[in-house]
Amino acid sequence: MISIEHISKSFGETKVLKDISFDFQQGKVNMIIGQSGSGKSVLAKCIVGLHTPEKGRILYDGQDFIPMNSRERIEIRKHIGMLFQASALFDSMTVEENVMFPLTMFSDMKKEEMLKRANECLERVNLSGKNKLYPAETSGGMQKRIAIARAIAMKPKYLFCDEPNSGLDPQTSIVIDNLIKDLTTEMNITTIVISHDMNSVIEIGDHIMFLYGGEKWWEGDKKDILRAENKELTDFVYASKFMRNLKEKLA
Amino acid sequence: MNLAYHIGRYFMLLGRVFRRPEKMAIYRRQFVQEVDKIGISSLGIVALMSVFMGAVITLQTASNMESPLLPSYTVGFITRQSIILEFSPTMIALILAGKVGSNIASELGTMRVTEQIDALDIMGVNSAGFLILPKVLAGVFIIPFLIVISMFLGVFGGWFICIVTGIVTSNEYIHGIQYDFRQFHVYYGLIKTLVFAFIITSVSSYQGYYAKGSALEVGKSSTQAVVYSSILILVLNYIITQLVLI
Repeated sequence: MISIEHISKSFGETKVLKDISFDFQQGKVNMIIGQSGSGKSVLAKCIVGLHTPEKGRILYDGQDFIPMNSRERIEIRKHIGMLFQASALFDSMTVEENVMFPLTMFSDMKKEEMLKRANECLERVNLSGKNKLYPAETSGGMQKRIAIARAIAMKPKYLFCDEPNSGLDPQTSIVIDNLIKDLTTEMNITTIVISHDMNSVIEIGDHIMFLYGGEKWWEGDKKDILRAENKELTDFVYASKFMRNLKEKLA
Repeated sequence: MNLAYHIGRYFMLLGRVFRRPEKMAIYRRQFVQEVDKIGISSLGIVALMSVFMGAVITLQTASNMESPLLPSYTVGFITRQSIILEFSPTMIALILAGKVGSNIASELGTMRVTEQIDALDIMGVNSAGFLILPKVLAGVFIIPFLIVISMFLGVFGGWFICIVTGIVTSNEYIHGIQYDFRQFHVYYGLIKTLVFAFIITSVSSYQGYYAKGSALEVGKSSTQAVVYSSILILVLNYIITQLVLI
């Protein structure tokens, strides 16, 4: 489990995050949702240590991450898998080398063992046989799946997904969503998904936080979100015609 | 203030670059790849530049020597000195700042804006060390070899043009390039080269590593890498010459 307590972050005069506290639960898909510019990505970057918040605590299974030295942080980061918005695969490496990369850096496995693990991960994301392709030779959806395979190669305890569906067609989005959900349950990991896609929220969101103007505006599960009466939240949730129709049907 | 900020951040980056590598075998592989990218791929342009510049220096020296009191072998002597002391170490370093420097900055800049560097950091890899150390070590290792080759080819270019044009006889030219030869001048050239190689690779890496925003910014960081490396090469060329030769 990851807990954040009273996190605040500013860039110059601009306050981006204001006193945010939340528990990201183990074995569940925890979602951070909100409009563009609401501070979702900054919050995620604070949690993984790419930004340092001015105030607050970040606890990985009770261990306070912020005061840790770089060596201690590396130990925590070995248990983090991250799926980036643009996949962030290494262009100069093949699919197989990308997936094997964390293993080559941090495990004592022999090459055959690493290859076996890479093949298991690629099989899990339905990409068997694509080992020798380069990222540029694959589609956007495949790149996301390769990135997921790389993220799970080290059997992480925490999985971060930044806008996992951006730039994908609806069918591929559902495939990626289901993959994230299934991996979370199978591996019993703490998954954090940053998204503004309501389809994803309805599809996989177990525990949801809504950010508005850098503040935590609401938290709950996907059933609660459809019944919520908070104006800012309902404006966000029912922005699309599809969601408004759904609301009418539910009513 | 801005300059002090960049200098401070540059040295802090170097501190991260020279931390103990996570896995030596992977860094060794990276080093070999960088030697190929920085050194071997630059061999063609260095050879071409050196032969032609050697030939031009010889022609210009010969055509400007009007006094009959100056012996003809002076042409070979001046060509050798120009190439060993200045052309090969400094001019080739400026060419490499353009070719290698822009390549390094754009490679790292692209990795930054596509979040590949963030991915390394989150995995727990020292991204600065993993990406920059092999480049700096490869540059400092291979660029002196390029410069020695350039020195040889520059002097050879001068000799070749003597044979082709007959502006000075081959024997006189060879006598000139052997006349009053001081090994220390080659060492001086190589000392400069080591410093320039470090500047080209580290300054370009700094510009690329801290690129921000979009592809436009990557282009900007690449240009800045060339400009700042070139300025530093020229300033340090003066300082090293003052310290070592005078």
